[in-house]
Amino acid sequence: MRYEAPKTTKEAVALMAKAKGVAHVLAGGTDLLVRLRSGHVEPDLVVDIKRIQAMGKITPVASGIRIGGAVPSALLGEHAGLRKAWPGVVEAAKLIGSTQIQGRATVVGNLCNASPAADSVPAMVAAGAKAIIVGPKGRREIPVEDVAVAPGKTSLRKGEIVESIHLPKRPPRSGDAYLRFIPRTEMDIAVVGAGVSLTLGPDGVCRQARVALGAVAARVLLVEEAAAALIGTKVDDKALDKLAAAASAACRPIDDKRGTKEFRIKVAGVLARRAAKMALERARRGK
Amino acid sequence: MSKIRVSTTINGDPVEYLCAAEETLLDVLRDRLGLTGSKEGCGTGDCGACSVTLDGRLVCSCLVLGAEAEGRQVRTVEGIAEGDQLHPLQRKFIEHAALQCGVCTPGFLVASKALLEKNPNPSEHEVRFWLAGNLCRCTGYDKIVRAVMSAAAEMREGR
Amino acid sequence: MPLDNPKGQSFRLVGSRPNRPDGIDKVVGRAKFGADLSAPGMLVGKVLRSPHAHARIRKIDIKKALALAGVKAIVTRDDFKEIEGDLRDVSRNVMARDKALYDGHAVAAVAAVDAATARMALKLIKVDYEILPHVTDVEEAMKPGAPVLHADLFTQGIEPTPKKPSNVAKRHEFGHGDVAKGFAEADVVVERKFKSEAAHQGYIEPHACLASVANDGQGELWVCTQGHYAVRNVCASLLGMDVSKLRVTASEIGGGFGGKTTVFIEPVALALSRKAGKPVKVVMSREEVFRASGPTSSATVWVKIGAKKDGRITAADAVLKYQGGAFPGSPVDMGAMSAFACYDLEHVRAVGWDVVVNRPKQAAYRAPGAPISAFGVESVIDELAQKIGMDPIEVRLKNAAREGTESSYGPTYGSIGLRATIEAAKAHPHYKAPLGPNQGRGVASGFWFNFGGQTCVSLNINIDGTVALAVGTPDIGGSRASMCLMAAEELGIGYDQVRTIVADTSSLGYNDISEGSRVTFSTGMATIQAARDAVKKLCGRAAQMWGISPEAVVWENGHAKPAGANAGDFPPLSLADIAKVAANTGGPIAGHCEVNAEGAGVSFSTHLCDVEIDPETGFTRVTRYTVIQDAGKAIHPSYVEGQYQGGAVQGIGWALNEEYIYGADGKLQNAGFLDYRIPVASDLPMIDTVIVEVPNPGHPYGLRGVGETSIVPPLAAVANAVSAAAKVRMMEIPMSPPKILKAMGAAHRR
Repeated sequence: MRYEAPKTTKEAVALMAKAKGVAHVLAGGTDLLVRLRSGHVEPDLVVDIKRIQAMGKITPVASGIRIGGAVPSALLGEHAGLRKAWPGVVEAAKLIGSTQIQGRATVVGNLCNASPAADSVPAMVAAGAKAIIVGPKGRREIPVEDVAVAPGKTSLRKGEIVESIHLPKRPPRSGDAYLRFIPRTEMDIAVVGAGVSLTLGPDGVCRQARVALGAVAARVLLVEEAAAALIGTKVDDKALDKLAAAASAACRPIDDKRGTKEFRIKVAGVLARRAAKMALERARRGK
Repeated sequence: MSKIRVSTTINGDPVEYLCAAEETLLDVLRDRLGLTGSKEGCGTGDCGACSVTLDGRLVCSCLVLGAEAEGRQVRTVEGIAEGDQLHPLQRKFIEHAALQCGVCTPGFLVASKALLEKNPNPSEHEVRFWLAGNLCRCTGYDKIVRAVMSAAAEMREGR
Repeated sequence: MPLDNPKGQSFRLVGSRPNRPDGIDKVVGRAKFGADLSAPGMLVGKVLRSPHAHARIRKIDIKKALALAGVKAIVTRDDFKEIEGDLRDVSRNVMARDKALYDGHAVAAVAAVDAATARMALKLIKVDYEILPHVTDVEEAMKPGAPVLHADLFTQGIEPTPKKPSNVAKRHEFGHGDVAKGFAEADVVVERKFKSEAAHQGYIEPHACLASVANDGQGELWVCTQGHYAVRNVCASLLGMDVSKLRVTASEIGGGFGGKTTVFIEPVALALSRKAGKPVKVVMSREEVFRASGPTSSATVWVKIGAKKDGRITAADAVLKYQGGAFPGSPVDMGAMSAFACYDLEHVRAVGWDVVVNRPKQAAYRAPGAPISAFGVESVIDELAQKIGMDPIEVRLKNAAREGTESSYGPTYGSIGLRATIEAAKAHPHYKAPLGPNQGRGVASGFWFNFGGQTCVSLNINIDGTVALAVGTPDIGGSRASMCLMAAEELGIGYDQVRTIVADTSSLGYNDISEGSRVTFSTGMATIQAARDAVKKLCGRAAQMWGISPEAVVWENGHAKPAGANAGDFPPLSLADIAKVAANTGGPIAGHCEVNAEGAGVSFSTHLCDVEIDPETGFTRVTRYTVIQDAGKAIHPSYVEGQYQGGAVQGIGWALNEEYIYGADGKLQNAGFLDYRIPVASDLPMIDTVIVEVPNPGHPYGLRGVGETSIVPPLAAVANAVSAAAKVRMMEIPMSPPKILKAMGAAHRR
C-alpha cells in the first residue's frame, strides 16, 4: 500500500485519477482504517487530504457556508456561525461515534462512505446541501442526496474528490434539527435518523420544508410527501401527524441486527415528528 | 514494501521512526517505540483504550496511520505526569478507586485531560457524554466520573 | 479458620481506604498487561479459524503457507496429541481435531516474522471442509432430528442412558420435598417461561500471551490470566511437558470475570514457539475474542411458584435449559442450585439440562449460571407479589432464607445476611422515592456460593522490618491492597510497610484460579495465617535475644514484648529490630501458609432499579440503581463497592442490550463492541451501594466473597422495573427497544 499526502487539491485529484488499482481518499480514516484492518478493503493507494489547506476550513461565503472535505466533525460544533445557522447539521455531526471519532471523522467522509445510516447525511440533505466535486475534468456541484447511489457506492467518477459541501444561506425564521434512534445513549449506528429543515413566513406559516430519513432504505431518503404535509400549514398537530404518517410510509427498511422493519417504520414517524417540532421551535426563536 | 520515515513529537520529545503505510499510530507507539501505555482493546475505534491527543485533539490512535503523525504533536498517557509529579487526574483516579483492572485507565486519563482542558467545569452529564467513547467493564463508571469531577474541582481551585 | 471475635470486631486498618499499591503503575502507563511484553527475536502468531459453524475437516494443506518467506512454524491438530480424560474437551477446543464445531474454532496457527506475513500465511493455508448442518439454539438442539455435534455424547443423569447420541449432555436435579403437594396447597400460582441470550464477559483486554520454549523443552509463558497455575498444568498436559518445565508468569490482567480462567491461545503459542525455536506472541483481535473465547450460555428457563394468599410460598419448581457451546459443561447445575437459594422452602425442585450447540465453548461469567435462573425466579416472585397484592419486598421478607434454612441445593445455612439486605432495601430512600410518568421500579435478590480452595502464601520479613508478601492469585479486583491491609493488621505495622506481589508458578506452591469470589477470602485467610506464623517466629527470635522462653513473649502493636513483669524488663523490639539481627538468631524470618481454604460464606444481595421508558420508541434508561450486598466484613470498602457497581452494570447491560446474534448460517453477526453493546458512561446514573456486614463464621475477620453476587439480581431487577414501567411482563433478555415497543403494543391491543 502506498501513502501520499498531497498539499493541493489538484495534486490529490491527479493522484486519484492516475491510480492503477484500488485508491481511496483518506480524510478522518474512521471508516477506511476499520475496513483496512479487517481486510475488507486492500487499497494500493491511500491519498491523505488533510495536508490540503483549503480542505481543512469552514468558510462563510456570500451564498452560505462551505465545509471543507477534511474538516473533522468536532470543528462544526466549535464554529459559532454554523451553530447559529444550522444547529441540526451541527447536532448531527456531534452524534457521529464518540468524542474520539469526532476528532477525526469528517461529514464529507461520512457522506462519501455511502452508508444508509450515516448520521450527518439526513441533516445535510434536509438542509439542501450541495457537494462540490473536483475531478480531472473540472468542478461540478450536485445535491448531497445524489452522492450515494447504493450502500458503499457513490456516483463519483474516477479521480473525483468531494472538495467541500455547501450549505445555502439561511432565510430568517428558519430552523433545522436532527434526531436519531439508538438503543444506548451514544456510540451506536443509527437505527433510524430523521433530519428536518423548515422556514416560516412572517405569518408563522411554513413556506419551505425538507424532510430526510436515514437508515430506513438503501440510501438516505428525501421525503417530499412529508415536507408537503408541513408547507402551507402552521405546523400544528394535524400537520405533524400527516408528516409522521408520510415518513413511515416512505420507509423501505430491512430487518437486521440493529432493528426490525416494523420498528424502523414506526420510529421513523415518531422521530420525524419530534425533529419537525424542534426545527419549528428554532425557526420561531430565530429572526 | 518500503517504509515511510516519520518525524514527529511525542510527549514533547522529537521522535523519528520508520513504519509501513498501513501501520497505525497505535502499532507504532506500542511495537516500535515501546510506549505500551496506550492499549488495543478493539482496533475499530469503539473502546477508546488507545486514546491519544493529536495536535491537542482527542482521537483513537488505532484509527490514525503512523504516517499521519508527521510534523504533529502526539500526547499519550506516558506524557501526563510531569517528572515525578502526578497530574491531579492521576491522583484522583487512585484516591477514588476509579480503576480496578486498569486497562482502560490510560484511555480515560487522556480523554478526561482533554475534557478538562476544554471545559474546566463540566457537569456530570457532560463528563459522561464526553467519555462515552471510553469503555470500562470493571467499574460501572461511577468512581471514574467522581474522580474526574473531583480533579476538575481541584484544578479550578488552582491547587 | 473460625471468626476471631464472634462478639464483635474492631480493626486498626482493615476497613479503611488506602491507595492501592499497584495504582501508580496503572495511571502512568507502566503496568504491563498481556500484550505489553516483547522478547528479542520474537515472532508473531496468528490463528486460522473455521468460517463454518459445523464442518468436518477433511484435509489441511500448509505447504504454500510454510513456503512463504518469513513464516517460521505452522501448527495444526497434527501437532497436538489426542487427549482423553478431563482435558479432552479443552484440548479439542484449543485446536479442532476431526470437526470444526463453531464459527471461529481454531484450525491452524502460524508464527511469522511480523503480523502482515502471518496474516498472508493464514490466507495460503488450504482447508478442505465438508460443511455439515448446524444448530445454535438450545431448544432446537434438544429436538429429535437436530444435527448432532458429538457421536459419543449420550445423556447422563437419566434412566436408562439413551442408546443414541444427542446434544443433551446431562440432566441435573436439586431440591427437596414434594412440589406437587406444595402446589396443591397454593392459593395463587404463577408459571412463566423465560428466554435469555448469550452474553460475553466483555473484558477490555483481549487474550494475549508471549511463549518461549527453548530446545531443552523448558518453557516460559507470560499471560494475562486469572489462574497461572491452572494454565501451567493444562498447557503442560496439552504439550506433553513436565509441569516443572513450564514457568508461567501472570501479567496484570485487563479484566476476566471468569473468561480468563481457561486456555485458548496459550497452548498454541507454546506449540508454535517449540516448533520455531523462538519466542512467539499471540494476541487475539476483538473479533476473535467474541467468536472464539468463552461467552456464557443462552437459555430457556421455566419457573412455577405457588403461594398462599398471605404470601408464604408453598412450592417452587424450575426447569432450566442452558447451552454451553460446542462441549458439555454449561453452568446449568449452578443455575439450578442457586435458583431458589434465597428462599426458605419446604417443597422445591430445580431441573437443569446441559446442552451442546455450534457455538464457542462457554467459560465462566461472574456467578456462572446464576443470573439466568435468578432472572426467571425473581420475575415470577415479582408477578406473584402483584397477584397477591403484596409489596415485593414483603413477599421476600416473608420467605427469606435464614440461619437454619435447608437450602434448595442441599446444605443448611449458617449465619447469613439475606434478610439484612432486604430490610436495608426496604429502609433505603430509593425505595420510597416517587416515580414519574413512564417510570417503573424493580426489586430482586440474588445469591452466590463463594469458594475457598488451594492457596499458598509466603510472607518474608525484610532486613529493615518491611514485609514482602508473595501471593499466587492474580489480582483481578484490587486484592493486593486487601492483602497489605490484612498483613499489616496482623503484624501491627503500617499499611505502607507491606508490599504484595503476585508470584510466578516457580516461586510458590499451587494456587487455585482467581475465581469464585475466593481471593480475598482464601488468599486473605492464608495471609492472616502466614502472618500469625511469622509473629510466632518473631516472638521466638525475641525470646532468644532476651534469653527467655518463647511463651513469655507477646506481640503487640508491631512489637515483641515480655508477657509480664515476671518475664523481664526488656524494651519492646520492632520488626526492624528483630530483622536486623536475624542472621545471628537463626537466619531469614518468614511466615508460610499452604491451605485448602474452607468456610467460605455465601453472600446475598438485593437490588433496586428504576427505569424510564420512552413509550413511543421503547428507548429505556436506568435512572436510579442501588446495590445492597452482604460482604461479611469489607476489608477495603472502596474495592468492595467497586465489585458491587461493576457486577450491577454488567447485569444492566445484559438485561437491556447485550446479546450474541447468530445468522441462519450459524455465523456470529456482532463480533465487536459496535454491535455487542455494553453500557457506556452516558447510559448510566451513579450506582449507589450499601455494604451490609453479617460476619462469616468461617473466616477470622468474618469476610465473605463479594465479586460475583452483584451480577445475580440485575437481570430481574431491571426486568421487573421495565415490566412495571411498560405495564407488561417482560420475559426475554435482552429487553432491547424493539422488543419493549412490541410488547407494549401487544399489551395495548389486548
